[in-house]
Amino acid sequence: MAKLNSSDIAIKVTAVNKSYIVGKKKTPALENINLTIQAGTLFGLIGPDGSGKTSLFRILTSLLLPDSGEIWVDGLNVITEYKNLRKRIGYMPGKFSLYTDLTIKENLDFFASLFGTTFEENYDLIKDLYVQIEPFKDRRAGQLSGGMKQKLALCCALIHRPTILFLDEPTTGVDAVSRKEFWEILQSLKKEGITILVSTPYMDEATLCDQVALIQEGKILDVDTPAQMVNKFTNPIYAVKGANMLLLLRELEKDPSVERIYPFGEHHHLVMKEKDVLPVLPLGVTINKIKPNIEDLFIHLMQHHE
Amino acid sequence: MNKNAIVVNNLSKQFGQFKAVDDISFEVAKGEIFGFLGANGAGKTTAMKMLCGLSMPTSGQASVAGFDVYKENESIKKNIGYMSQKFSLYEDLTVRENIKFYAGIYGIAPQKIKEKTNQLLQQLVLEKEADMLVSQLPLGWKQKLAFSVAIFHEPQIVFLDEPTGGVDPITRREFWNLIYDAAANGITIFVTTHYMDEAEYCNRVSIMVDGKIEALDSPGNLKKTFNAKSMDEVFLHLARKAKRIE
Repeated sequence: MAKLNSSDIAIKVTAVNKSYIVGKKKTPALENINLTIQAGTLFGLIGPDGSGKTSLFRILTSLLLPDSGEIWVDGLNVITEYKNLRKRIGYMPGKFSLYTDLTIKENLDFFASLFGTTFEENYDLIKDLYVQIEPFKDRRAGQLSGGMKQKLALCCALIHRPTILFLDEPTTGVDAVSRKEFWEILQSLKKEGITILVSTPYMDEATLCDQVALIQEGKILDVDTPAQMVNKFTNPIYAVKGANMLLLLRELEKDPSVERIYPFGEHHHLVMKEKDVLPVLPLGVTINKIKPNIEDLFIHLMQHHE
Repeated sequence: MNKNAIVVNNLSKQFGQFKAVDDISFEVAKGEIFGFLGANGAGKTTAMKMLCGLSMPTSGQASVAGFDVYKENESIKKNIGYMSQKFSLYEDLTVRENIKFYAGIYGIAPQKIKEKTNQLLQQLVLEKEADMLVSQLPLGWKQKLAFSVAIFHEPQIVFLDEPTGGVDPITRREFWNLIYDAAANGITIFVTTHYMDEAEYCNRVSIMVDGKIEALDSPGNLKKTFNAKSMDEVFLHLARKAKRIE
């Protein structure tokens, strides 16, 4: 298959709104979402649970109608051309959705046949993944471990060689090693020319994407490359460390020159209001200027939106 | 009284030929924040079930809150709290009803429940939401409430199974604030997480690989031992050795 031209637009979302009725109240799930995703990119939608990631995925895959707005995916209108669209996209929902009483091989054959293709025809695309679960190919999907289920689900989403792959929280609840492996798989799929839209609540995964959108409470906070995005964090930020971290946190919280301080791994991240102004530090506390990361920016944007 | 909240000696659990937990030994001190890490399928859940008195070990000894896991598992259940990301509160009960329900299960007197409920609602700034269904609360609030409910009966130990999964970065840190407060009040914290930055917030961390505890120390010492810059590196270094195919 010819690789897609990188200047092509894979996904275009304009002014999308969606709300649900909860109890008797109308609750907005997505508010004025605008996104443009270039073909061939690995695009990350980053935000916590309940921020609207799944609603947006379901709208983009034609499984849910928006209240308003326009959505084009792979050159097709999601609302009027959904039948054609569904043949071209692959979707792996956050919740395991394969047939638990079919074996690995039966699931793959079934999904291939739905799309009028065969396991053999597109085997090269899933080979690297499939060989990892092949020893269990006659085991029922319901009997597989979490890691194997995830690999099978990805194989099934790829078996018809989609142009765009939608992965809704594929790494949630997955340990650090398996997460790393999963992202390596995504990098290799990208080389096949597949556009990948992946959502995750793990902020550290942002740097593995070409472009990311940060989403919180149904609103897009920012869209950019991860490297460009952190440049928008303009306050001076430092990593501080002392013998009693809890006490250090409580002390610095009270300092008027401090914009924010919060734990971050072995350090606290200290955000100052002004350049070249440092708080009074207790003896023995180390302080180093650092580059902000996506999580720092997310915290910053969350507080500014409140 | 013993200074340890949890004592585990040569504990194993076997399913047929499969050693889910393979001869683990460790102690957790009272008031300690103990991180229990491991890859998916390493045996964490099986080990936790034994410590909570929900699953009988195949061999070895363990005592939790001073009670034996074989003979006194009912006493263990009364003296621990438990919360996980997957199961915490009843969505179709209100905030107040959830508190009342859990406190009732642990046999707290109705008058005391009433007093403590108001105190708790005030503390969590949930007074206005007290009569709302839990399903209507944002995830972060739910998790904070679930934790408070899990320690409402003032257990000696609370087991937290991935309590912050999917929670936004600010709420995640607020959640850890609650953990610190509970630990300062003498409650022992036994916590699993996939966020490696959270491993740093623990006093000590154990890392399970293929049913065994491969490392156990303070985050600082672990990083020194494995010559690693972060807990993430330590974890990757150890968990990559796993041979078990889940």
